[in-house]
Amino acid sequence: MKIVVTIIGQDRVGIVAKVSTAMAEVNVNVLDINQNIMHGFFNMVMIADMGAAKISLKDLQKRLDNVGKEIGVEIKAQSEDIFNVMHRI
Amino acid sequence: MLLIDEIFETNRMIAQNKLDVRTITMGISLRGCSHPDIKVFCDNVYDKITQTAKDLVRVGEDIEAEFGVPIINKRVSVTPVAVVAESCRADSYVPVAEAMDRAAKELGINFIGGFSALVDKHETEGDTRLINSIPEALARTERVCSSVNIGTTKSGINMDAVRKMGSIVKQTANLTADRDAIGCAKLVIFANAVQDNPFMAGAFHGVGEGSSAINIGVSGPGVVKRALEDVKGQSLDIVAETVKRTAFKITRIGQLVAREASKRLGVTMGIIDLSLAPTPAIGDSVAHILEEMGIESCGAPGTTAALALLNDAVKKGGLMAAQHVGGLSGAFIPVSEDAGMIAAAECGSLTLEKLEAMTCVCSVGLDMIAIPGDTSAETISAIIADEAAIGMINNKTTAVRLIPVPGKKVGDRVEFGGLLGYCPVMAVSRFKSDDFIARGGRIPAPLRSLTN
Repeated sequence: MKIVVTIIGQDRVGIVAKVSTAMAEVNVNVLDINQNIMHGFFNMVMIADMGAAKISLKDLQKRLDNVGKEIGVEIKAQSEDIFNVMHRI
Repeated sequence: MLLIDEIFETNRMIAQNKLDVRTITMGISLRGCSHPDIKVFCDNVYDKITQTAKDLVRVGEDIEAEFGVPIINKRVSVTPVAVVAESCRADSYVPVAEAMDRAAKELGINFIGGFSALVDKHETEGDTRLINSIPEALARTERVCSSVNIGTTKSGINMDAVRKMGSIVKQTANLTADRDAIGCAKLVIFANAVQDNPFMAGAFHGVGEGSSAINIGVSGPGVVKRALEDVKGQSLDIVAETVKRTAFKITRIGQLVAREASKRLGVTMGIIDLSLAPTPAIGDSVAHILEEMGIESCGAPGTTAALALLNDAVKKGGLMAAQHVGGLSGAFIPVSEDAGMIAAAECGSLTLEKLEAMTCVCSVGLDMIAIPGDTSAETISAIIADEAAIGMINNKTTAVRLIPVPGKKVGDRVEFGGLLGYCPVMAVSRFKSDDFIARGGRIPAPLRSLTN
């Protein structure tokens, strides 16, 4: 399953590193990263593959939630399907 | 590849504009439950519901987490109880409602619909027993919803049933007087009731349905309002186009949830109900969409036209996004469940008569309206008859969910709590229709029923 990880928060050093590490440790493969900074706010989207992941999406959500709390950003992980159905026919 | 803006647009709709799937409703047939002994029948009903829907809440929560979209309600609708209880040797069907209530609590769902009778032409003994059981059933249960269909375009209007329902509404109000007549918030009187409606309080699993089905009600008034903020002052062509585009996006999510729920539960996918269902929360109001179009306060002249445009555009946009469309499909205008409607009723721009006009062009009818406690049963029957006539002639569903709150008068505030909201008591015409209601009989099926 492909997932979309979105990160929103105040920009600071190490956000990408922290989140990527948390995902790499459980074998979630990052396929694409896209980010921008608007009005000092950090917006990032990662597309990742959970095909070989060691944990479920639910557990990954908990894991990323903890990372988000630690570095003060909001992290959501969702199945890619919800975006595909809304924006692609 | 998805664009970053698209991803944030979806999440903004969810987080800021209250996009959600309003309900996953599992329809369950009780046709195999009948038994002459009502105790055995009730056990059969309880077992059937709790076994068929045992995974409903868990699967709903899993889908919610996986896709990151809230699914507000998980509910169950059953075969109209009057149909399946008729062979019981019992005078009252209250124990059936109590069994349904126990099943709802066991499953962890907030409402269960189908304590219903379909009497659009005449009543059978089972229908009569069910209707007579409604006040006590709604007073003694917490989660059971009841509905009665009293007319159709094909059959006309059963005015004997209309007369009776005015009195049933009053009895229900009196038996739940200590809770602002909340029993009436769980009782809908329909014309042209649909068999696959996922929304409460009027949901039941029609007799033409299969053993079970998953029906989905989508929502998203906040998302439509937000989209219209971007086209301020532009022509109504652009407004309609914007609503269509937004409705398409909302409904695609409903379709995804329906497909997943159906697959994971192993239950047939029924329909998507293309609805704009408000809640009392700020930013989740249908009235505010109409006001965004340029109406100063909902109910002002122009409201009916604005609502007609909205209702039609929601259907056109949603239709292409859903595999099967059904249910009530359209904009809902429940007064107590919509912050904009509540404000409009409080400031006096919205009246019962204007609401009646609005029901000609939108999804259902006079919904969740508190009226003075001293309103007579005959007047309530006459209001039901008016709504049924609109439904019958326009070949659409109409419904009445009026709450005559004992001891309350015009302007008093009534609190139902949660999704049912709160509202001011609205004025009802002081002129009587008692002699019209006393006549009884049937209003014949209209000319437009002869379509064969």
